[in-house]
Amino acid sequence: MSAVLTIAGYGFREAVRRKVFAVVIVLTAAFLALFWLANHYVFTRLSTITPPADVHVDTRTFAGAFLLGLAMFSTLFLGVVLAVFLTLGVVSGDAERGLLQPLVVRPVGRATLLLSRFLGAAVVCIVYVLAVYGIALAIIDQTGHWTPPSTLAPGLELAGGVVIVIALSILGSIVLSSTANGIAVFMLFGAGLTAGLLGTIGHALNSTTIQHASRDAAWALPFEALYQDGLRLISSNTSGLTGFLLQLGPFGGAYVHGWGIRLWSVAYLLVALALGVLFFSRRDL
Amino acid sequence: MRTLATVPHALAVHALEKRYGPVQALKGVDLTVEEGELVGLLGPNGAGKSTLVKIAVGLVRATRGQAEVAGARAGSRAALAQLGYLAELFRFPGWYTADEVLSLHQRLTHSDGGAAERGRLLALVALADARGRRVDGMSKGMQQRLGIAQALVGTPRVLVLDEPTSALDPAGRRIVRVLLEELRGQGVSVLLNSHLLSEIELVCDRVAILRAGEVVAAGSPAELSRPRGVELETDEGTRTVEGATREDAARLVAEAVAAGRRVYGVRVLTSTLEDTYLEAVGDEVS
Repeated sequence: MSAVLTIAGYGFREAVRRKVFAVVIVLTAAFLALFWLANHYVFTRLSTITPPADVHVDTRTFAGAFLLGLAMFSTLFLGVVLAVFLTLGVVSGDAERGLLQPLVVRPVGRATLLLSRFLGAAVVCIVYVLAVYGIALAIIDQTGHWTPPSTLAPGLELAGGVVIVIALSILGSIVLSSTANGIAVFMLFGAGLTAGLLGTIGHALNSTTIQHASRDAAWALPFEALYQDGLRLISSNTSGLTGFLLQLGPFGGAYVHGWGIRLWSVAYLLVALALGVLFFSRRDL
Repeated sequence: MRTLATVPHALAVHALEKRYGPVQALKGVDLTVEEGELVGLLGPNGAGKSTLVKIAVGLVRATRGQAEVAGARAGSRAALAQLGYLAELFRFPGWYTADEVLSLHQRLTHSDGGAAERGRLLALVALADARGRRVDGMSKGMQQRLGIAQALVGTPRVLVLDEPTSALDPAGRRIVRVLLEELRGQGVSVLLNSHLLSEIELVCDRVAILRAGEVVAAGSPAELSRPRGVELETDEGTRTVEGATREDAARLVAEAVAAGRRVYGVRVLTSTLEDTYLEAVGDEVS
């Protein structure tokens, strides 16, 4: 256990020195400030929005869910940025710089070394995601007096999505150089988001083919599916036109959801970590 | 109770092969390092020395053959617990102080030596005054000496040093040489990979010369330094009697005197380790 804490602490100090946290904190502060501003303007002018008499839209719920969806997307993005920069060079990058060899020859075990780096990054990212998500919820509650029907579960699913990205980034760091790994993980993240938008388009067009493609992509990249499920949970009590409109928006659709995808995400994470341990144990340094 | 026959070598590789794609880096290498023995590895670039060292410390997997440290499979926790290693290319985080680097490695080796061990190791490599200095602020030579101190954390039974003096000035090399002799005196086994023939010749009990993945010569520096003849300086000039040994010197002088020559000097010629090395590796550039 002491070796795990030592290695995790080593990774944490490295991240502090590389100013990863400083960059993310600045970006996060800027985002939260803008988010508060957006909420302030949206909710103070909400009373002036008058939908046509025959259109029954709960404007407060629509605005709240839409803005929280936007916050969740930004939180996921910032969480992924943090995750990638904490882990993109854990193996190849550190080996190229000669930082890894002195650690690997200690009687700690490669699996412990790798999993410790994963745990260190996961703890930091989970705390970060939950904190930003919580602040976003508080901003919406304070400015718009709206809270989603489910508050904790969407945050946990966002954090879970970021943890999966950490596992993928660590797995990539074993076989790819730091730069290539960073590009690969961000492209996977982009692919996941694109698949989600595709699902929204498929839903709007009522195209089963596009919806199937989106669903398959979400299963292949479960961080996207967890994000979608989180979006579903924040608007799960909406129905009628409000619900339909939220489904159409880029921050409201959910086409893969429920315990199936959550269990699949856990299995996916375990497989990614097991592959990481296997590849790292066979990797020449 | 263990008998002598069952006492494992400090480090042993047997029929070791390593292939990197089409390149065969090692072609069945056998090598042992005994308790308290200092063995030097020599060879030109690409001979397989670093690969051999990396297999011994578990950084690289052998394609075939066996490598053991103190009877345990190389790379296993049991083997690593007995091992100290200085890599050829290594770096410590620049923001760590010398003391923090050693502290980190104490935690990873479960060493309970504490501050006393760290102070002793830093003094051994002449870094006692740099205990609180950050790695970023150290010269390359200081970092290399810190690397050697790091390799000694936890009092390893086997020390594997890959080019430990490549960045050191003559004074730094002398520190390392004296340190190696001290360690040998304490029963620590050392595998030393170095390009510096003089260094190997001065401190090693045995030398193995690798070429193209094979051991092409091995033995003590004295065994590898073979007789080359006797040089006789007379009033007729200087001549070398090829193949003659120290035992022939007196006879050769007597014969010259009997032949009416004035003998001014006689010198037994032996090949140096450098001669043997160059002979063994042929025209390969190191």
